[in-house]
Amino acid sequence: MAAINRDDVAHLARLAHIEMSAEELDRMAGELAVIVDSVKSVSEAAGDDVPATSHPIPLTNVFREDVVGHTFTAEQALSGAPDAYEGRFKVPAILDEG
Amino acid sequence: MTENNELIRSSAAALAGKLAAREVTAVEVTQAHLDRIAAVDGKVNAFLHVNTEEALAVAAEVDAIRAAGGAAAEELHALAGVPIAVKDLIVTVGQPTTAGSKILEGWHSPYDATVVQRLRAAKMPILGKTNLDEFAMGSSTEHSAYGPTHNPWDLDRIPGGSGGGSAAAVAAFEAPLALGTDTGGSIRQPGAVTGTVGVKPTYGGVSRYGAIAMASSLDQIGPVSRTVLDSALLHQVIGGHDPHDSTSLPDPLEDLVAAASIGNVRGMKIGIIKELHGEGYQAGVENRFNESLELLKEAGAEIVEVSCPNFKYALGAYYLIMPSEASSNLAKFDGVRFGLRVLPEDGPMTIERVMGATRAAGFGDEVKRRIILGTYALSAGYYDAYYGSAQKVRTLIQRDFDAAFAKADVLISPTAPTTAFKLGEKLNDPLAMYLNDVATIPANMAGVPGLSLPGGLADEDGLPVGVQLLAPARQDARLYRVGAVLESLLEAQWGGPLLDKAPSLTAAPSLNDSSSADSSSAGAALSHGGSH
Repeated sequence: MAAINRDDVAHLARLAHIEMSAEELDRMAGELAVIVDSVKSVSEAAGDDVPATSHPIPLTNVFREDVVGHTFTAEQALSGAPDAYEGRFKVPAILDEG
Repeated sequence: MTENNELIRSSAAALAGKLAAREVTAVEVTQAHLDRIAAVDGKVNAFLHVNTEEALAVAAEVDAIRAAGGAAAEELHALAGVPIAVKDLIVTVGQPTTAGSKILEGWHSPYDATVVQRLRAAKMPILGKTNLDEFAMGSSTEHSAYGPTHNPWDLDRIPGGSGGGSAAAVAAFEAPLALGTDTGGSIRQPGAVTGTVGVKPTYGGVSRYGAIAMASSLDQIGPVSRTVLDSALLHQVIGGHDPHDSTSLPDPLEDLVAAASIGNVRGMKIGIIKELHGEGYQAGVENRFNESLELLKEAGAEIVEVSCPNFKYALGAYYLIMPSEASSNLAKFDGVRFGLRVLPEDGPMTIERVMGATRAAGFGDEVKRRIILGTYALSAGYYDAYYGSAQKVRTLIQRDFDAAFAKADVLISPTAPTTAFKLGEKLNDPLAMYLNDVATIPANMAGVPGLSLPGGLADEDGLPVGVQLLAPARQDARLYRVGAVLESLLEAQWGGPLLDKAPSLTAAPSLNDSSSADSSSAGAALSHGGSH
């Protein structure tokens, strides 16, 4: 497996929506390289014949009755939002229009 | 500041007995714990928020119902009036929930977690919210944005993590009970290093609805206490099916209190996991572990050795699965729906840039590390090699457990490889920090239940050692049966609970360090985390 480098971390930070300073990228790249190196052996542990487990105790077809349950009022749902307007979440511009 | 020593040192079971017999009121019990918090939490920093008014109101309600008598009094839950602390990863109406993060500073949940609803239904006064590593990511509580919690056995040492606040609160007699969450050991490892009891139930055995998710396939809420019986009592309050959590097991809850009261282990097979002791484990940890084995053997248990060869991959697989799930779960902190919003200093003010600036300012280093690592493990080209392989390892670990439980009723190991280390010691070495969880992670990977109880003090440093018991999925009762027996055998040797040997936090005030002069106590954001 490929090692993780500073450019990778910069790309991943963009994907994860976390701004990072140059110093942070350097430090993070160094720390993650050590961690990635230490988890490498995982890819050699299991052969192709071993199935993957996504949940420790799988339950299937977990449904509920199709009836309206408890719902929040708009006021409750917006109570923790940094900004709201007329019963909706208010966000800055979606598109960069200058 | 008065302290009622007898009340704060009582177990939850003993308090329940005194309340039922009307020897003491719930208000007295709750006030005694609030006084203790006021007296010692400036040093311990176990609490991020103290819920004085509501806790006393609930206690007064219990007292009024008891005083009135009749059917309502008879229907009171056995733990009614017994106070409890709640890890600040679990959402509560009427108190802030921060998850130990700046990104949620001052946020109030519009709903209660299911476990909190059940505490309310049992009329247990909630004393407050306890400190944790940010979003439960850590093994020392040093990754809290609100300063580390200090181990009551030695204030310069870590209380474990992520649930160091809950464990320290119980160890410092600030609460008889607490709730924790355990994704890779966050209930059991703090229990081990603070000389307390902690249980990670079978995955799905306790509802996760209202626990802020880190890694959904690993997270589990569970009890934190000073005795095995107390954990069983609390487990019965919070356990059982919840339609709000689609991973909640529909099985009826076993009688765990009865299991804790069986009182013998004769004929039980207890398996030592070859891979989880010996090399890499501190000598004092190993010694106390071996003594526990001897006691169980003398009590009539058969000790067998089992091998779990794939456990050596568990830590690596965990550090792929957990960050992968965490990176997805934490995507919701976007500066729009809740919590912090930080605007970029210059340039276009788009939502994407606001998100980047918010998450940069709101998340601490460890959270950022795990989000980046998870994003990496899930990215195209690496998915099969990392996340896919880790999920296969999960199958191998489950098979190891299946084989081991074919030979033994319960498995046993040290809970953590070392006793509590110094605050700051491993803060700049993430990998060394991760190794603390080597013995606790396999249970989360397989979904099986685990319990940590105090095994004594290590010879070399006089600090608590934890003994871990593991049982097959849905067999949590076995943990309580064996745990209670081992606890009583050990306490007979020690001449009382291990915590009797812990230093008093209120004696010799002249020796207090400067941090204890901080009278704002609970909720004070100590700023010395990460200074090493």
